[in-house]
Amino acid sequence: MSIWEYANPTKFLKTTQPVMPWITGAGIVAVTVALVWGFFFTPDDFRQGSTVKIIYIHVPAAMMAINAWVMMLVASLIWLIRRHHVSALAAKAMAPIGVSMTLIALATGAIWGQPMWGTWWAWDPRLTSFLILFLFYLGYMALWAAIEDPDTAADLTAILCIVGSVFAVLSRYAASFWNQGLHQGASVITTDKNTEVSSVFYQPLLIAIAGFFLLVLGLLLMRTGTEVRKRRARALLNRATREGV
Amino acid sequence: MIALFIRDLRLAVRAGGGFGLALAFFLIVVILVPFGIGPQVELHARVAPGILWVGALLAALLSLDRIFALDHEDGSLPLIATAPIPLEGVSLAKAAAHWVTTGLPLVVVAPVLGVLMNLPPAGFGWLSLSLLLGTPALSMIGTFGAALVVGVRRGGLLMSLLVLPLYVPTLIYGAEVARRGTEGFTVLTPILLLGAISLGSVALLPFAAAAVLRVNLR
Repeated sequence: MSIWEYANPTKFLKTTQPVMPWITGAGIVAVTVALVWGFFFTPDDFRQGSTVKIIYIHVPAAMMAINAWVMMLVASLIWLIRRHHVSALAAKAMAPIGVSMTLIALATGAIWGQPMWGTWWAWDPRLTSFLILFLFYLGYMALWAAIEDPDTAADLTAILCIVGSVFAVLSRYAASFWNQGLHQGASVITTDKNTEVSSVFYQPLLIAIAGFFLLVLGLLLMRTGTEVRKRRARALLNRATREGV
Repeated sequence: MIALFIRDLRLAVRAGGGFGLALAFFLIVVILVPFGIGPQVELHARVAPGILWVGALLAALLSLDRIFALDHEDGSLPLIATAPIPLEGVSLAKAAAHWVTTGLPLVVVAPVLGVLMNLPPAGFGWLSLSLLLGTPALSMIGTFGAALVVGVRRGGLLMSLLVLPLYVPTLIYGAEVARRGTEGFTVLTPILLLGAISLGSVALLPFAAAAVLRVNLR
């Protein structure tokens, strides 16, 4: 019994599809709890007032946006090395989730930045690297969409994902070299208590992060399942055409 | 490899368009930008390094289509692939030919266009140097992008989208070298990083480009 057994599409579907609604449900519950707790039962920040509450969407979305790309990178490597189709399809399924998370992070960041910094957008390293990440996602999805043959598309997007990861990291550091920006430093997972988000906000934030993670996982399983079924339908159609039915 | 390189150079020069296209585009950018931002001389001098770098990048982007698409159309790409040189060498030769026909001319004419943009004389050398160090990365990244979309019909727009985010670090460090050099600050850090990007791209991306070509020619 090894983890590679789940690379078998049938086994994958059998295992993941029954748990998928539970994961998604748990995600929805956790996000709801975190948002209600965060919006109604935490005090206003002494400097930022009530605008601080957008943190419960902004921070988890931003984390998931990056995690989604890392997951696509791992899935692409697995596809290139071991040629498991489920892996390639999972990477394909992840891209739209990642792009929506990036968009949410950019949008909530703009809404938060307007009252705090007095501007919707600044050419700050974090903001800029997220914009570049957004472009990477768009290019990745466009390449998937442009190529007819699924295996060719999987190969090409996997290589693009790997090259893109290198340049994404490079852009991140290039951007922070280029401009020291407005965005605050790390304040969620730190070793220094002084810069950390106060625990009043911390507890609902952790629940929100967990909720977003579960939601992304649930969506990923759902979309991967769909992709597997689409692939099967395609194979059946191809066979039907060949046999002239 | 050398034969392929020379063949590509000949094609670019003789077929018309390819060689002059990047230069003409570069010239157009430099002529139009001052009309767009108004006739303030000091402002021109300040934005000149950035504008010239963006112009160089777009000029490179414009000519990427020619790297593989033409060979793919007339069927010579599979022949080149079966030649006794590895595809890694093919992509490197293609990138080198692209650089000689677009990057190198830009390096040479950049100071002249810098005059049009009122770039301070101190910046001419730095601008050319930054382009000399940075344009190989642009050509190599572009070759990878062109190899990715070789099988896609009318892949030009798609390629621009794929290549654009990959170009960002080169642009940032390249423009930074030119800007700092012009203003008389130390340029050591960005120049090292720019060189590192170019060397890294030339060392690693031929393998990625060859892998992508193999998939596309399968």
